[in-house]
Amino acid sequence: MEAIVEKKEMIRQLKEKILTLEGFSTGKDSRQLDFGLGPINAAFPGGAFPMAAIHEFVSPTETCAAAANGFLANLLGTLMNKGRICLWVSVGRRLFPPALKFFGIEPHRVIFIDVKREKDALWVLEQALKCQSLAAVVAELRNISFAESRRLQLAVENSRTTGFLHRQLLHSENTLACVSRWKIRPLASRSEDGLPGVGFSCLEVELEKIRNGRPGVWQFECRDGSFRILPNRHPASLSDSSTKKEQNYA
Amino acid sequence: MPKRYLYLWFRYLATDRMAKNNPELRDKAFLLYAPERGRMVVRAASPALVKEGIVPGMVVADVRAILPDIEVFSSEPETEEKLLNSLAEWCLRFSPAVAPDPPDGLILDISGCPHLWGGEQAYIEAIASRIRQGGYHTQAAIADTIGAAWATVRYGHNPIVAPGKQAAALHSLPPVALRLDKPTLQRMHKLGFQQIKQLMSIPRSNLRRRFGDTLLFRLEQALGNEREFLKPIRPTPVYLERLPCLEPIRTAKGIEIALERLLEMLCQRFFREGKGMRTGILKGYRIDGETVQINIGTNRASRNAAHLFKLFELKISELEPALGIELFTLEATLVEDVSETQEALWSMGSNHETAIAELLDNIAGKVGAAAIHRYLPQPYHWPEHSVKEINSLEGQPETEWPVNRPRPLHLLPSPEPIEVMVVLPDYPPMHFRYRDNLIQVAKADGPERIEQEWWLQNGPPRDYYQVEDKDGARYWLFRLGIYGDAKPQWFIHGFFV
Repeated sequence: MEAIVEKKEMIRQLKEKILTLEGFSTGKDSRQLDFGLGPINAAFPGGAFPMAAIHEFVSPTETCAAAANGFLANLLGTLMNKGRICLWVSVGRRLFPPALKFFGIEPHRVIFIDVKREKDALWVLEQALKCQSLAAVVAELRNISFAESRRLQLAVENSRTTGFLHRQLLHSENTLACVSRWKIRPLASRSEDGLPGVGFSCLEVELEKIRNGRPGVWQFECRDGSFRILPNRHPASLSDSSTKKEQNYA
Repeated sequence: MPKRYLYLWFRYLATDRMAKNNPELRDKAFLLYAPERGRMVVRAASPALVKEGIVPGMVVADVRAILPDIEVFSSEPETEEKLLNSLAEWCLRFSPAVAPDPPDGLILDISGCPHLWGGEQAYIEAIASRIRQGGYHTQAAIADTIGAAWATVRYGHNPIVAPGKQAAALHSLPPVALRLDKPTLQRMHKLGFQQIKQLMSIPRSNLRRRFGDTLLFRLEQALGNEREFLKPIRPTPVYLERLPCLEPIRTAKGIEIALERLLEMLCQRFFREGKGMRTGILKGYRIDGETVQINIGTNRASRNAAHLFKLFELKISELEPALGIELFTLEATLVEDVSETQEALWSMGSNHETAIAELLDNIAGKVGAAAIHRYLPQPYHWPEHSVKEINSLEGQPETEWPVNRPRPLHLLPSPEPIEVMVVLPDYPPMHFRYRDNLIQVAKADGPERIEQEWWLQNGPPRDYYQVEDKDGARYWLFRLGIYGDAKPQWFIHGFFV
């Protein structure tokens, strides 16, 4: 019996070691930040949202892009909580700064860099990811190659800044060296007691890919800028996605 | 910081100079003259002569008739001007900003100086006694404005006008204390204006009609409502470093080395003087006679040589050395104070701020400063006007960001027209067509009416609706205008989360 426990402990330590070798922060800092994501945490390697990493968001339509930015703003709100600054790089930005306040972000703490060419956006993103003083960097761009994304990952591993790549209206998806790929879709809103009108917005959050973690699908409800998981639909959708995955791989 | 000015009046500047050069003239009655319209007119009279009632402007022949044994000399206005300038240079020890006020005055911007001498009274005495030791008669006055100091030194009694009290000090002075031209003064005399307070009690429009804008302008200057600028004798120091080269430089590496040396020299100077660079120009003088240059700008004053080098480095490729560059100059065209205890922006450590400011400098150097945006709330309901862009990194919002009304996370740069189907006026649409997609509306909220801000623009109001289609996508639509007058148009303006 003792041998089994010892083995388990050894495996746990080895897993952590592998994670650190792969550039994940398993230190204290990432565990202390609670993103309020609840059960999603179990899907992440080490049970905590990977901070020194690049996350990819893919939005096929404009409405999905708004939903993804909403989810992103929620994550940013936690990352920026100690009065830190965030950089928002984009080509053809649609984001309306005052709306960030609904997600607990002071919009004047976000510095927007609006460039015309994607090449410039990539350059700015890489420079910004090297800066340790930023809480996070968000980049809205369309085309990025695998090699370019690897450079970004290397920059992040040194500076331990969180990067978000939001790719909108993509013509074709390509694999990137990002830690995760998220797809966020809006769901029909829910109102209490069947009141008329638009209720609280609901989102379907699909974690399509996560390195060393378990992908899954969750449904969230956004109330006053904070996201709450919808528990009743959760198990079904998780099994749903796993079957879908299997189909994809088959 | 409130401004304080000291006016030094050298009443006998010209005659004092003569007396200094010729000691036997001291305490003698003598005068300086200059020809004017074919007559010899007194330009300056020595103190002994002024006691006798001789004033500048009299004819020399008349003076000779009254006092036959006086000495007369021709005046030298250019020498006097030089003398005034050298006195101004000498006064730099009392204040860094000294401006000559020809023909016989000096203006010192003494804001923040007197406390070093132990107060304004001690300061004024120190200056006056030093100048008297030098052999010049002088009078000094301190006031908040140049105009008030000018008036007080010539016509006032108390040399120090307390801060903000210039109006009271001017009250009892004659109108000539306002630095007016002769015709205006004569007209005032004719109309019986003996004191400035009589002028102050008259409505401005009447004064302007009768005496023109100059009088009001001078009055406002003296009272401190209109700004008056000094032309300092010594301009603010120029931050320029030069590096001549033995051999003409033609390689990028050579330019880098030159730049490093120049930056090192300049940054050392910045550290000594507590300054930092905001904009800089690196110029290369080529041996074919042409000049090439690159410019940089920073978001915050910087004296970090490594950082400034990085900014210049991005642009070194733009320098065309041709046959070679023989002289490099580095000039900081805009320099600002860098204080060690700068108030923390965004309540972070100053290391973080510097790092971010340097990152933004890099970005501005590569993609242009116009690409960097920061926003502050503006108290307008019209969505396009509800934010204002600011350039600086320091700006903090004066009002809270509003959250009382729903605003979409994505806003289109300009509203796009849509085709709608509406059951009843004032109802949200049943379905609408946006970019060739027919969208069925399942749920809707609204309207939220936003009127045009009439002081900015005119037009019909917007009625905003928040609608959701059956898939859960949420849109922000509005109707421009009201059904009834004309056919209103519908637009889509944003997307909600």
